Amino acid sequence: MTEIGYLAPDTLDEAVGVYSAAGDKARVLAGGTDLLVQMRAGMVRPGLIVDIKKIAEMNIIEETVDGGFNVGAAVSGAVLAEDPRFGKVWPGVLEAINLIGSTQVQGRASAGGNLCNGSPAGDSVPAMIAAGATVTLQGPDGRRQMLVEEVPAGPGRTNLAPGEVLVNFTLPPRPQGSGDAYLRMIPRTEMDIAVVGCGVNLTIVDGVCTVARVALGAVAPTVRLVEAAADALIGSRLDPASLDAASAACRAACDPIDDKRGTIAYRIQVAGVLLKRTVGIAADRAGRA
Amino acid sequence: MAKLHVSANINGEPTEFLCEPYETMLDVLRNELGLTGSKEGCGSGDCGACSITLDGRLVCSCLMLAAEGGEIRTIEGMAEGDTLHPLQQKFLELAALQCGICTPGVLIAAKSLLEQNPDPSETEVRFWLAGNLCRCTGYDKIVRAVLETAADMKEVSR
Repeated sequence: MTEIGYLAPDTLDEAVGVYSAAGDKARVLAGGTDLLVQMRAGMVRPGLIVDIKKIAEMNIIEETVDGGFNVGAAVSGAVLAEDPRFGKVWPGVLEAINLIGSTQVQGRASAGGNLCNGSPAGDSVPAMIAAGATVTLQGPDGRRQMLVEEVPAGPGRTNLAPGEVLVNFTLPPRPQGSGDAYLRMIPRTEMDIAVVGCGVNLTIVDGVCTVARVALGAVAPTVRLVEAAADALIGSRLDPASLDAASAACRAACDPIDDKRGTIAYRIQVAGVLLKRTVGIAADRAGRA
Repeated sequence: MAKLHVSANINGEPTEFLCEPYETMLDVLRNELGLTGSKEGCGSGDCGACSITLDGRLVCSCLMLAAEGGEIRTIEGMAEGDTLHPLQQKFLELAALQCGICTPGVLIAAKSLLEQNPDPSETEVRFWLAGNLCRCTGYDKIVRAVLETAADMKEVSR
């Protein structure tokens, strides 16, 4: 084992300072449920581990005055599930995060880590993209915002600049009549990696879908926002023809791999099926008449 | 690089130890502190044999760095002196174990469940314990033991 260090700064400025100074040998530690597995497998050998959990801002769950939410990058799934408000406002995002791993993993794993790990199959990512969430990044040159869908660059890679750290997620305020949902296809009932994941976020006014966002996971090198599927839903009453069109748009957006979890044809087929089921749940939550 | 000096609280005892930055809490518990009750099954967070609580929350000790410290509870802290925890007693009575490798992790996880939810349904027990693998396939006895313990503890507290 080469030289390696561990630091747990109390402030974000300090964390960004040591993280950016250490260059590409440094790794951020939030819950560690990916990083420690990768270290053990020899996939990464960090020169410096920067533990961000002692930074107050990384642990906040805050409902803003306009009805949005800020969720710190290191907030674990278990902590988020205990928040009295978050799961009521964003049930789809919460269930996506809570699907990741076991009870033990939920005690540590964070949405920030799930996004920065860069897996095309990360469960929280399609739900966050469907929610229209943005992230705040802080690097040596200061802060900036990025849409969640702009973060993944490919399997295991993100568009964060060198030295940048993900600080929090901002979820927008919700109009009346909104609902979101996330479903994934796995061959078992628990503890598995998505073959296909689908996040949907809808607003319905007088039976008509006025806002829709659809995102698919595990069907392409990155999680994808599927605007064509949303366009098929917006303006419709979520009737069978609109759902068929959205479903076809989801299938068309797929560029999956063949692997032991599913073939290309299977993943494409399932993406269309999951779209319809996920829309159904989101619409019920939106209070569809 | 020098070893890190870490202050933690383990089973109620303030504890100090030295560790390498990359060492897991499981490594330190077993190799430095002689607390070999927590087992290493997979070492990657899949099997739950290394389950402990960290600041009151159920985690895999193989997925945390020892350098993080914190308030740790392990299987060694479960019994009070010679008096077994009701879960431990029930596991013995119902033979809810065979080889025993998964048992410390199952007990820690089950205790954590009953602290959060004193009256779980069978489904809730099974989902909560989904991250604790038993290769002797003793799940039915484990689930029954947890449910009976919950019922007994409710009776006692009544």
